[in-house]
Amino acid sequence: MKEHDIERLHARNNQVHLSFSNIMLVFVLFFLFIPLIVVVTYSFNETKEMNFTGFTLQWYKKLFTDSSALWAAFTNSLLVAMLSSITATILGSMAAIGIKWYQFKARKAIISVSYLPMVLPEVIVGVSMLIFFSSLNINLGLFTIYIAHTTFNLPFVFLLVSARLDEFDYSTIEAARDLGATETQSLFKVVIPSILPGILSGLLMSVTMSLEDFVITFFVTGAGSDTLPLYVYSQIRYGVSPVINALSMIVILGTMALAWVCKSFLKTIAANS
Amino acid sequence: MKWRPSELRVRKLGMIYSYPMGVWLLVFFVIPLAIIFLYSFLTRDIYGTVKYPFTLSAYQAMFSKSYGVVLFRTIWITVLSTVLCLLLSLPAGYAMARSKNQTFLLFLVMVPFWTNSIIRIFAWITLLSSEGILSHMLQGLGLLDQGMDLMYNNGAVVLVLVYMYIPYSILPLFTTIDKFDFSLLDAARDLGATKFQAIVKVLLPNIKSGISTALIFTAIPIFGAYTVPQLVGGKESTMLGNIIVEQVQKARNLPLASAFSVVLCLASTFGVLWMLKDAGSSKTKSSLSQQAKVEANVKLSHQGDSNERA
Repeated sequence: MKEHDIERLHARNNQVHLSFSNIMLVFVLFFLFIPLIVVVTYSFNETKEMNFTGFTLQWYKKLFTDSSALWAAFTNSLLVAMLSSITATILGSMAAIGIKWYQFKARKAIISVSYLPMVLPEVIVGVSMLIFFSSLNINLGLFTIYIAHTTFNLPFVFLLVSARLDEFDYSTIEAARDLGATETQSLFKVVIPSILPGILSGLLMSVTMSLEDFVITFFVTGAGSDTLPLYVYSQIRYGVSPVINALSMIVILGTMALAWVCKSFLKTIAANS
Repeated sequence: MKWRPSELRVRKLGMIYSYPMGVWLLVFFVIPLAIIFLYSFLTRDIYGTVKYPFTLSAYQAMFSKSYGVVLFRTIWITVLSTVLCLLLSLPAGYAMARSKNQTFLLFLVMVPFWTNSIIRIFAWITLLSSEGILSHMLQGLGLLDQGMDLMYNNGAVVLVLVYMYIPYSILPLFTTIDKFDFSLLDAARDLGATKFQAIVKVLLPNIKSGISTALIFTAIPIFGAYTVPQLVGGKESTMLGNIIVEQVQKARNLPLASAFSVVLCLASTFGVLWMLKDAGSSKTKSSLSQQAKVEANVKLSHQGDSNERA
């Protein structure tokens, strides 16, 4: 009888605990999504007022036809994202290969330095770069943004490609060399094809982070070189803007598409971030 | 004969592969950091640049009353927001790890996490501003005066900081709890522990490395936050990050900005070192937990035997 009671108590406790953590999870997910849902809803609102007065697509029309400054900023963002992610992917992947298989001077130093940009607050990276560029009298603009973005993208590419290289068997290269391949041939025909998933995820991550960055860009930008986040910042400082609502909707959709594409690696990404 | 890379050749190739990134990081990351370290010991001149000799005046200025208040505020906002993130993330991460729909739940966490941070802050402004929906509802209920904002105060800063950085604590917690062997909890329960005891004495010690990772990855960016206090905070919400930007862009006091940056930098580095040390010690812990698991299993099977006999 007594044992039976205890078992029932256990079962009930289990139930309570399980539902407590589930309730918290639902609460957190609501918390995460409510602002996004609200923004998306208002992008279809007829007036600028907060009462929902009627459905309209006029803000989208304005976004696509009458927002040249926004699209100029978007073009800048794309340009910087492409150039910086390609540079970071090439340099980061090469460094990962060198560090994985070779022994040379300053190898350990490069490994430790490559972790630092990921852990320091963005403000520090931004300020130090700004002071660096201005002490060299380098004009701030898209070029300095490109340098900054490449710098914060490098560690991520390096990390992702290194992780992929850990699974690569060095004897494959030895086999290639045995069969007469040159160093370059074995690099391009053996190593790169097999670590391509790592290289591509580094590239994708770099593009995403470059498009997303605000703080570091904010420091190293010059006149007329607004990226999209900087443009949005300049707009929202002075209150609510329905065109930005419409833009948010598109950004959120794009992010969802990206997360959907990465669906099968989400667990790996969660473990690495 | 197998091809073996000769020592010299290896050295040269390794440099060719790795030095481009090494040099890039040296020039654009290490040297800039060295410059702010140097600047933090100088004073500003009238042109907004720096002059010698070396002094500690920038560091002394940091502890003046007005900056001391900001430093103190930054610390309590960081502590409060980080604790809130962890308190929400622990049960949420646990529920995610025990769920059968892990991929879908991760998708739901990743979408807001990957959405542009400025857009997310903008979404909160939409909710909290005087003409925002939340203020509207509260005004309708008579809980808020007309035209009053829910923004421009420290509460809003903490709320939005928690929103921005909670994925940084959910993800590592989910990852470690997911690796945890839940049968240990049942074993503890069978040995007479209450659910609460099982969580505190069995689950939490086993996910310690996840907790310290979550703590550091949430606390460091919050400690250096700039955008959130700038956009949703009020005059009394200035944090360290805002001071640094203000000193660089408006006051042009580079030594003071550098001194603040050095402090932020050191705090972050110590945080990470502490985390790594903790992660190192939890490795030995996990082998201990393996042992505990075996013991628990043995006890369980004994119990099973005695039950059968009875």
